Amino acid sequence: MPQLLLELFSEEIPARMQQGAARDLERMAAERLKAAGLSYDSLITFAGPRRLTLVVEGLPAATPDREEELKGPKASAPEQALEGFLRKTGLTRDQLVERDGVLFAVISQKGQSTAALIPGMVDSIVRTFPWPKSMRWGSGTLRWVRPLKRIVALFDGHVVPFDIDGIASGDTTEGHRFLGSGQPFAVKNFEDYRAHLEKQFVLLDVADRKLRILEAAQKVCADKGLALVDDDGLLDEVAGLAEWPTPILGDMDPQFLDLPPEVVRLSMKVHQKYFAVRDPAKHGLAPHFVVVANVEATDGGKALAAGNSRVLSARLNDARFFWDEDRKTGFEAWSNKLSGVTFHAKLGTLAERVDRIAALAREIARTMKGQGMDIDPEQAFAAAKLAKADLASGMVGEFPELQGIMGGYYARAEGQPDAIADAIRDHYKPQGPGDSVPTAPLTVAVSLAEKLDTLVGFFAIDEKPTGSKDPFALRRAALGVIRLVLENGLRAQLSSLIDGVIWDHVKRWDNQYYSVLGVSEVRQEGYQDGAPDKPEFVRDFRHVRSPTSLSEFEDFAKLVFIGAEWSGVDGVETERFLNGVADRWFDPPIQIRANLLAFFADRLKVLLRDQGKRHDLVDAVFALGDDDLVRIVRRVEALDAFLATDDGANLLAGYKRASNILKAEEKKGPLPTGMVETGMADQPAEETALAFASAAAQSAVDQALETEDFAAAMRALAALRAPVDAFFDKVMVNSDVPAERDNRLKLLGQVRAVMGRVADFGQIAG
Amino acid sequence: MTTEPLAFQDLILTLHKYWGDQGCAILQPYDIEVGAGTLHPATVLRALGPRPWKAAYVQPSRRPGDGRYGENPNRLQHYYQYQVILKPNPDNLQELYLGSLKAIGIDPKLHDIRFVEDDWENPTVGAWGLGWEVWCDGMEVTQFTYFQGVGGIEVDVVSGELTYGLERLAMYVQGVDNVYDLKFTREGLTYGEVFLENERQQSEANFHGYDVDGLKRRFEDMVAEVSRLLAMKGPQGQALVLPAYDQVLKASHLFNLMDARGAIAVAERQSYIGRIRDLCKACATEWVEQERARA
Repeated sequence: MPQLLLELFSEEIPARMQQGAARDLERMAAERLKAAGLSYDSLITFAGPRRLTLVVEGLPAATPDREEELKGPKASAPEQALEGFLRKTGLTRDQLVERDGVLFAVISQKGQSTAALIPGMVDSIVRTFPWPKSMRWGSGTLRWVRPLKRIVALFDGHVVPFDIDGIASGDTTEGHRFLGSGQPFAVKNFEDYRAHLEKQFVLLDVADRKLRILEAAQKVCADKGLALVDDDGLLDEVAGLAEWPTPILGDMDPQFLDLPPEVVRLSMKVHQKYFAVRDPAKHGLAPHFVVVANVEATDGGKALAAGNSRVLSARLNDARFFWDEDRKTGFEAWSNKLSGVTFHAKLGTLAERVDRIAALAREIARTMKGQGMDIDPEQAFAAAKLAKADLASGMVGEFPELQGIMGGYYARAEGQPDAIADAIRDHYKPQGPGDSVPTAPLTVAVSLAEKLDTLVGFFAIDEKPTGSKDPFALRRAALGVIRLVLENGLRAQLSSLIDGVIWDHVKRWDNQYYSVLGVSEVRQEGYQDGAPDKPEFVRDFRHVRSPTSLSEFEDFAKLVFIGAEWSGVDGVETERFLNGVADRWFDPPIQIRANLLAFFADRLKVLLRDQGKRHDLVDAVFALGDDDLVRIVRRVEALDAFLATDDGANLLAGYKRASNILKAEEKKGPLPTGMVETGMADQPAEETALAFASAAAQSAVDQALETEDFAAAMRALAALRAPVDAFFDKVMVNSDVPAERDNRLKLLGQVRAVMGRVADFGQIAG
Repeated sequence: MTTEPLAFQDLILTLHKYWGDQGCAILQPYDIEVGAGTLHPATVLRALGPRPWKAAYVQPSRRPGDGRYGENPNRLQHYYQYQVILKPNPDNLQELYLGSLKAIGIDPKLHDIRFVEDDWENPTVGAWGLGWEVWCDGMEVTQFTYFQGVGGIEVDVVSGELTYGLERLAMYVQGVDNVYDLKFTREGLTYGEVFLENERQQSEANFHGYDVDGLKRRFEDMVAEVSRLLAMKGPQGQALVLPAYDQVLKASHLFNLMDARGAIAVAERQSYIGRIRDLCKACATEWVEQERARA
């Protein structure tokens, strides 16, 4: 079966775009082949520094003949309808077929040769290719990532001739820019193409390039008794920068080894794309690097290793300059600088953020201490105060990735205790699902405070993540909070933590809220006295008592309305403020809290789902209104185990049945209320048995929940299964006797309520 | 590099010869202070409109804030860029460029030459393009750009622009680590002997010397002059774009001086840059009309 080979040869394609381009080419080619009705055995794409390649195996020589039947008007339809249909199909009346009084047109399409379809497909791929950035060149109008130079298009060994904006297709391509022959060469098919390229020092497949880099890099290190420091991200990048990647070991001036290893590594990686090298005999880096060159130099790489070494020295000298200057500058100067740095236009400066985080870290530390953890709240406050200072340092200005890490080094250099330096260093953690979670209590407190402040702040100004957009990494922050809490077994009500942050924000909005509250206070006094006709706007608020908690603030806010209404003064400013259209704020606090809790529930679901747990159970537990993550997860786990049992599954079915009956009855009118009777005449034994079982389960469940013994709560529910089954088996709820019916509805209501204390079973998929 | 490495001035002369042979007009530096060779009207204005253009020149570039009193081995407030512009860019521009490296003694089979993604933009003149920084053994030696827009206007024809950092390139070719140790002439006059004192004095003036109020006043004068000149007509009825653009360059340099003096508050910065960009755009808009008419 014929093969299609397509190569789009251009000037150097940015490394970061290559793999996406290979995927796009694969998708676009597959879509077009499918649309043309062409089947194939395999479709593979490759991307490298100067070329995108597509090979499709097992294409037919032509598309099959096709017959299509189009439904037309009824035979009895008016003349115009028929004419329209004939125009559309290009047929005459006698070519139509009549079936059951309806006219049909049968249109047969001759197959087309595959080769004839290829030019159009390639043209549309090239012209609509979704490069992240594309450009024009010369006097042309075509766009490509960089100037497109050649197109190889071979079908079944023959050139498919076409032309895109002056670039004619053909069978010739080029090898390596420097190592190749320098002459374009013709290829016959994919196998020939690939082999020929390799002879001309081009590895087509990125996997081959990576393998070559890794093996050779490890070898040049091992030859000197050294070891390569692996870096997958860097490997991906350098594999996109060279067609014939050739690792070479270079020497680094050993004097730079006294710099923090993170600095050396990042300097090598970010600026120079070098791999770092370890000395397995000692701990830490060796005074070497591996550069992945694109040439096998005629002198074995001596000159280029020396050149790279000089450049690295210049880079590391810059780093050393920052390292030395930073240690002279110190935390105090940086902290002062933070008050001039905006964190976000609506959320104030970094200094304000640090103050909020410090206050919150102290609160969290108090909670942790209350739970017996070894932590000093004042130390948490102190650590948080220093945690962001390194953002003003020269080194972090140069390498933002080193935030926290540099702070840790500098804090130690200033003689801070290890616990504080560690908290500064690690408080950004966990930075993703794969990152480790801090366990040092001080770090946990600062890290939680940092993330909660971010979450509350951005939710408050309505910068919630939407779809794939999460510019402030709020999902990661929420997952971080969840993991910090769960993995450290920290017991805390999320809502009260959230309230703490909201309140801190509120407290720090300078004049605006004070003025509103000031007005409200004055009006409130007037209201109480019941006297003045004309409330005064008092602009001197120094004597106004400020609210001291979020709930007090919310009460105040309500009073503002009352005051404004009573006085008849236009309360527009007040309303704007409270409705969240004021410049710096805000959804009402209650809304922020609700949105954020829902967001946490969502993130928790994702986390549990990744651990293989059912997300509907999280919903069922969250619906209870609990926001203690540790307790929620325990409850979910107990519930999961319970539902896996026979009793659990059956009881769930019973619950649904009861719930459906109750819902249907609720539609008719209010459900009967009151005690369930057990001494009624002719009462079936199953009904009284369930009544007793339900009462017993209630007290057992309450007791179990009291001690958070969720397994026991589930066991208590399990005792309901048999009586529930027996009840539905033997007892008819909709009795003709109203008293019987009412009592049975009350009983089902009671069962639903008892179960509802453990979880909202209505949310669980049956 | 088996033969004696090129002295700084020989490097320039070699590039002149090379690009002159490629049909470029070898121009002299523009006689107004600029921060980059791109700002020379021979690049920024000639890149606009449909008419072909080929030129090469050395442009002294002034970056007042980069001065280090002659104490940093590779930072200067005055240095040279070698600028080449080819419009439309020839198909083999990369090959031509590599030829220029060979001409100055860099053998691509001995050294590692790479084209690393770097999309250049200069917000003050509203210019942008796609291209690379060219690395030689890990050092950036040239900015290679296909201009896509200038003065906020998309170009009619794409120019290829090459900007060589001459000092860096020379340091690489001569194998020295300190710019002041560069051999300026074959006889051994050093770069330091030519420029060290200049760096010392200019750095002091840039950071502490210039009168800020005076700079601000002159900035405003230049800004006013741009609109005035653009509103005037030349002998063929054309707006006076070229003199107006000169005033934009002067305003831009005055801004850089104020910035080095620390006289630009964070909040003002964007507004200054925006004003210069708008002036540039006004010149570019007028110029492109003229060029289209002349074509």
